[in-house]
Amino acid sequence: MSGLVASDLAVARGGVPLLAGVTFDVAPGRALILTGRNGIGKTTLLRTLAGLQPPLAGRVAPGGEHIAYGAHADGMKATLSVAENLGFWATLHGAGDIAPALAAFDLDDLRDRAAQHLSAGQRRRLGLARMLLTGRDIWLLDEPTVSLDRASVARFADAVRAHLGRGGIAVLATHVELGIEAKGLDLERYRVTGATGGPGGGDIFAEGAVE
Amino acid sequence: MIRILSRDVALAVRAGGGFGLSLAFFLIVVVLVPFGVGPETAVLAPIAPGILWLGALLACLLSLDRVFALDREDGALDLLATAPVPLEGVALAKAGAHWLTTGLPLSLAAPFLAVLLGLPAPGHLWLAVSLLVGTPALSLIGTFGAALTVGLKRGGLLLSLLVLPLYVPTLIFGADVARRGAEGLALGPPLALLGAVTAGCVALLPFATAAALRVSLR
Amino acid sequence: MQTEMSLWSYANPTRFMATTRPLLPWLSALAAACLVVGLIWGFFFTPDDYRQGSTVKIIYLHVPSALMAINAWFMMLVASLIWLIRRHHVSALAAKAAAPVGVTMTLVALVTGAVWGSPMWGTWWAWDPRLTSFLILFLFYLGYMALWAAIEDPDTAADLTSVLCVVGSVFAVLSRYAVNFWNQGLHQGASLSLDAEENVADVFYFPLLVCIAGFVLLFVALVLARTRTEIRARRLHALQLRERMA
Repeated sequence: MSGLVASDLAVARGGVPLLAGVTFDVAPGRALILTGRNGIGKTTLLRTLAGLQPPLAGRVAPGGEHIAYGAHADGMKATLSVAENLGFWATLHGAGDIAPALAAFDLDDLRDRAAQHLSAGQRRRLGLARMLLTGRDIWLLDEPTVSLDRASVARFADAVRAHLGRGGIAVLATHVELGIEAKGLDLERYRVTGATGGPGGGDIFAEGAVE
Repeated sequence: MIRILSRDVALAVRAGGGFGLSLAFFLIVVVLVPFGVGPETAVLAPIAPGILWLGALLACLLSLDRVFALDREDGALDLLATAPVPLEGVALAKAGAHWLTTGLPLSLAAPFLAVLLGLPAPGHLWLAVSLLVGTPALSLIGTFGAALTVGLKRGGLLLSLLVLPLYVPTLIFGADVARRGAEGLALGPPLALLGAVTAGCVALLPFATAAALRVSLR
Repeated sequence: MQTEMSLWSYANPTRFMATTRPLLPWLSALAAACLVVGLIWGFFFTPDDYRQGSTVKIIYLHVPSALMAINAWFMMLVASLIWLIRRHHVSALAAKAAAPVGVTMTLVALVTGAVWGSPMWGTWWAWDPRLTSFLILFLFYLGYMALWAAIEDPDTAADLTSVLCVVGSVFAVLSRYAVNFWNQGLHQGASLSLDAEENVADVFYFPLLVCIAGFVLLFVALVLARTRTEIRARRLHALQLRERMA
């Protein structure tokens, strides 16, 4: 593991270039916090880093097999219990036991409850517990603390700190102060405007003389 | 992969929806046919294999738009795409789960519904056999269609338009096996061709489905 | 230097527009000339068939349109593969542009087939394997165009329709054999359908060749014109986006 490196990355959503020239590297054990106003492309950038969509330009290393992606939509099935939901992802990722993940997010008492009967905060913790089970070094988290109370935010921060302590990497898109020692990256300066034209205008059809 | 398959089956059974619904739809289609063409066995029996195949095919179609849509809505599809499982495997598992919850029960129910249409006795076995061999292809083709339309707001109708023409070979060979079975004719060639279509679908379609999924996800 | 000369350079929209602009009027004129000569020659200067009478002359529309119905799909398949493998935007748009032309050819083939079949078979429609295959091809075209229309992002639409086109091609061939298997007894061989030219005398054959050439040219001209329209629409879209971001 040599850290997460993005070089001259350009991303687009629905064919519209959003960010260009994004360059950073995060060493093992470090965290990066992405900031910028709504709609600037935080989610799109995270999805590109996760390998869910190809970048318009530039490179990301390493590839998706080192990355665990956690979004608002946590992929948990309402009719399955907490333990069943986590067990499914644990098997897929070849993780043996779900007990440590349950304990880390204080879900032990809820293990047999169906996901549809969890509160918003409990549900969020369930989604985050999945990150532990993936056993991957790089966590990409999109607004991880939405609908968490203060105690849960603290527990989440602990989990991230423990992950960093194991030599992991975390990239978070959040505006909440987590008390985690992290580098900040304001995406505003990478925003694609008409003036900069993005990477080659982004679109081959915008090039050349108009007929 | 087995794990994805068993989870999907569990979800389908627990949520109730898709599982019983397609069977009920199949029953209703078969019950409506005599109202349309008349109650005489002489009319019903010759068209029974075709009607039953068509009914099963439409019932299969009914639950297709849920194959990927639910997983997309709750984010599970993104997570599956980043999990250490090839998307081709995910596609195959999804099709397998769809078949276990629709194709298999439909195949097993068909001989009983055939009684309603007066299908002659030897036909029942061959009807079930033809459906058992043919419906996996329907699930695989349908899963491919579902992958093409997963990101679209009104994908359901479009899905039918895309998938139904692709069902032609399976329907032709499948209904032919059932018809020849009912008439006591030799049915080796159509059965072999039906099996070949299904085998081809198993071998090749997951790749196309995974390719479509990758595009739909971004 | 070599790459400048390569065929692929026409995949650049600007190059494509510049190259096709002077070409299009000539192609259109040539297509019109071939069609006028071929159809007049075929309709008025060939003798009636001893068995089918003057109805046989519908082959001058039926055979070329049927040929182009299949060739249009084949062209879409090639263009789709080029898009999937080499990501040339013009290729994807050409496939999109060809579909409505292809579906029209299919429709013409179906209608002229029915018109021809009416006096010959005594019915407008028979589930003849060839006619049935064209009906299925018609459905494939409809699905392909519906998918294009349903997806907003042009590149996503190009990707998904290309995958559909490739898979659909396999199933179209499969359906052709399945339909033959399903109804092998009905059609009456070459005298009635596509292989007509094998049986017809030279006196019918040469005007038919001119008509086929006319349909090919017409197809190329229509696809080029439609591709140019698609490129303009994409350019407009791209420029509007750029303006909105400024």
